[in-house]
Amino acid sequence: MAGTLAEKVWQAHVVRRGEDGAPDILYIDLHLVHEVTSPQAFEGLRLAGRKVRRPDLTIATEDHNTPTLDIDLPIADATSRTQIETLRANAAEFGVRIHSLGDADQGIVHQVGPQLGLTMPGLTVVCGDSHTSTHGAFGALAFGIGTSEVEHVLATQTLPLTPFKTMAITVEGELPAGATSKDIILAIIAKIGTGGGQGYVLEYRGDAIRALSMEARMTVCNMSIEAGARAGMIAPDETTFAYLKGRPHAPEGGDWDAAVEYWRTLRSDDDATYDAEVVLQAKDIEPYVTWGTNPGQGLPLSASVPVPEEIADEATRLAAERAIEYMGLTPGQPLRDITVDTVFIGSCTNGRIEDLRSVAKVVRGRRKADSVRVLVVPASARVRLQAEAEGLDRIFLDFGAEWRNAGCSMCLGMNPDQLAPGERAASTSNRNFEGRQGKGGRTHLVSPLVAAATAIRGTLSSLADLDLPAGTTVDGSPLAPLDPHLTVQV
Amino acid sequence: MEKFTQHTGVGVPLRRSNVDTDQIIPAVFLKRVTRTGFEDALFSAWRNDPAFVLNQDAYRAGSVLVAGADFGTGSSREHAVWALKDYGFRVVLSPRFADIFRGNAGKQGLVAATVSAEDVELIWKILETRPGTEVTVDLVARTATCDDVVVSIGIDDYTRWRLMEGLDDIGLTLQHAQDITEFEARREAWRPTTLPAKHLPPQPVEPARPVPLTLGATRTR
Ligand code: SF4
Repeated sequence: MAGTLAEKVWQAHVVRRGEDGAPDILYIDLHLVHEVTSPQAFEGLRLAGRKVRRPDLTIATEDHNTPTLDIDLPIADATSRTQIETLRANAAEFGVRIHSLGDADQGIVHQVGPQLGLTMPGLTVVCGDSHTSTHGAFGALAFGIGTSEVEHVLATQTLPLTPFKTMAITVEGELPAGATSKDIILAIIAKIGTGGGQGYVLEYRGDAIRALSMEARMTVCNMSIEAGARAGMIAPDETTFAYLKGRPHAPEGGDWDAAVEYWRTLRSDDDATYDAEVVLQAKDIEPYVTWGTNPGQGLPLSASVPVPEEIADEATRLAAERAIEYMGLTPGQPLRDITVDTVFIGSCTNGRIEDLRSVAKVVRGRRKADSVRVLVVPASARVRLQAEAEGLDRIFLDFGAEWRNAGCSMCLGMNPDQLAPGERAASTSNRNFEGRQGKGGRTHLVSPLVAAATAIRGTLSSLADLDLPAGTTVDGSPLAPLDPHLTVQV
Repeated sequence: MEKFTQHTGVGVPLRRSNVDTDQIIPAVFLKRVTRTGFEDALFSAWRNDPAFVLNQDAYRAGSVLVAGADFGTGSSREHAVWALKDYGFRVVLSPRFADIFRGNAGKQGLVAATVSAEDVELIWKILETRPGTEVTVDLVARTATCDDVVVSIGIDDYTRWRLMEGLDDIGLTLQHAQDITEFEARREAWRPTTLPAKHLPPQPVEPARPVPLTLGATRTR
C-alpha cells in the first residue's frame, strides 16, 4: 500500500497494534531529556521502583534554566538551580548520559541531538518539549510529550499512541534573495493559522524546501508546533546524508551503507494520499515579522499593522485588537516604523552556526544602533566554540552585541535574560506569546537577517533597508577575510 | 498502582462548580521538582478561609470529594491530580469532569466518577447535615452509598477495568514487555545509541567573554 513518509516511519515502529480502539504501542528510538519536564518523571520511576529501560537511547542536557553569563559560578536563582541539580542527580542515579553546563555538548536539546549525529532519518524521537518537531527535518518522526509520557518512555521505551493525520505543505519554486526558511514557516503559519495543523504531521515538500540546508530545514520543522501540529517532517536526501556523515554517532562502514539504503526509501510514495494539502509559492515569500501575540499574527515586513475594523471575522478582530493593545502598536502603522529595544539572536529556531554566520555577514564592520541591546546566544556550547574559531564572536562584539553562553536564554526567559515590562524585542525565537520573554515584554518574531538589519537601524528592517555591502570595521580598517575552514564541526 | 474495587471514607461536600485546575493547585506550586508532597498546595487559596470545608474538623480527613459540575477545567497540569491524591482523596464525584482532568486522574489511580446533579445535591445535604458521614464507592457495583442513599456512578469501562486491575499506563504497556523485547531484537544495527558516548575532540569550555552589563543589570531577577 502506498504510504506517506510519516506513515512509513510509524509502521516501522509498531511494537503492538492496538485492538478495539486501543492505541498502538510505538517504539521510541531516541529520548531527549532536559531539566524542566523530567524531575517528576524520574520521581515517578523511583516511587514505582522502576528503572530506565534503555539508558543507551536516552540523553540529557541542561538548557532551559542555564545562565548565559557567569556559567562558572553557582546558579543564582534557587528554582533554576534545584531543577538543574535534580537533573544531574537523576542522570547519575539512573545511568543517563548528561551534558552539563561547561561541557562542549551542553546546549539546547534540539541542537545537541543533531550535532552529535544522534538525530537521523527514520527514527522516532521524543522529548518533554514541544519543539521536538525540529528533528523532523531529518525525516524522523519527532514530537513533544508531557511529563507522564516522559516517565512512560523512560520505563518502557515505548508510547501508546493513536496515529496522526498527515498534511502535505508544498513550497514551490525558488525563494527570493533576503528571504529565509524562517520566513517560509512564518508565512505558512500566517496562512494556515495557529490551529491549522492540529492533529497533523506536516510534511514539507517542494523545490524551495529541497533547496534548504539542513539547519534551515530544522528552522521550518521547529515551528510546526506553532501551527498546532504534532510534528513536522522533511524527507531525507543528499543534504541530510552529507550533514550526518562523520558525526560522532552517525553509523559507520557497512552500517552507514545499510542506513542510507533504507533512508532513501523514506519518502512519500507518488500515489500516497494526505488528509490535507497546502501549496505556497516561494516567490511570494518576503521577510516576515509578527505584529501580534501568536505566531500566526505575521505579515511581510512591507505591510502595516492590521486595522481591526477592517477584519470581518469577529473572533479574529477581537484577537487583533487585544494583540495590538498588548504590543503597544497603532493600527495602520507601517511595520518598518516599529522601534525595538532589544534584538535577540538565538534559540532552537535560529541559534545555529549558519544563523550566526548569516548575521555576522550583515553586521560585520558595522555598529549597532545606540538605542538597541543586542544579545547573541548560541544554541549549544559547541556552536559557540565554532563561532569563536571562525572569529564571529569578534564581529559581534565589535558590532556592540553581547556574546553569551549557550542555552534557551531569552527565548522563554527562565534564566535572567528577560525583557522588562513594555520592552520590545525583535527575536529569532519561535513564540511571541504575551510575557513569554519576560512579564509585559513585547516580541516580534523575525529571521536572523531581519534581526541583524533591525539591530543596525533600530527599527524593524530587512537587508533591503541597508546600504550593502559593508567592507570595513568600525575604525575604518579593512576586514580580514573570514576563515572559511571549519575547524570544529557543529 | 493500587487496585481499586471499593473504598469507604469521609465525604467532603464541595459546593462549587467549575473548579478549575488553577483553583485545585495554583501555578506557583508547579516549580517543584517532586511528584509527592503537594497536600499543602491543594485548594491553597481557599484553605486560607477558616470557613472552607477542609478547614472544618469533621471533613479534614476526607477521602471522597463531592463537587459541582465541570470539575478540573483549565490547564492540563497533572499536579491537580497529584495534589488531590497527596491530600488523601481516593475519589472525586461530580456531575461532569473536564476531559484532560479525567484522563490524568485515571492514569494516576484517582477515581473520577460522574453522579447526576440531583444525586450530588442529595449527597451534599446528607454530608452537610451530618458532617463526617462516610461514603462508600464501589466500582464493581458502580454505586456510591451515603447513609441510606445509594446512587449509581458513571465511569467508562476501560478506566474502570484499569482501576480495578491496578494498572497504570506503564503497567499496561509492561504487560507486553515480551513484545517490546522482541521488537528490540529486530532493530537495525545502524540505529544510534547514546552510550557509549562518542564525542568530537574535547574542547575546554570557558565562559564567553565578559560583557559589560549596562542594560542587563537592571533586568536580573
Ligand atoms: S530555545 Fe525556546 S523553544 Fe527551544 S527548547 Fe528552549 S525554550 Fe523551548
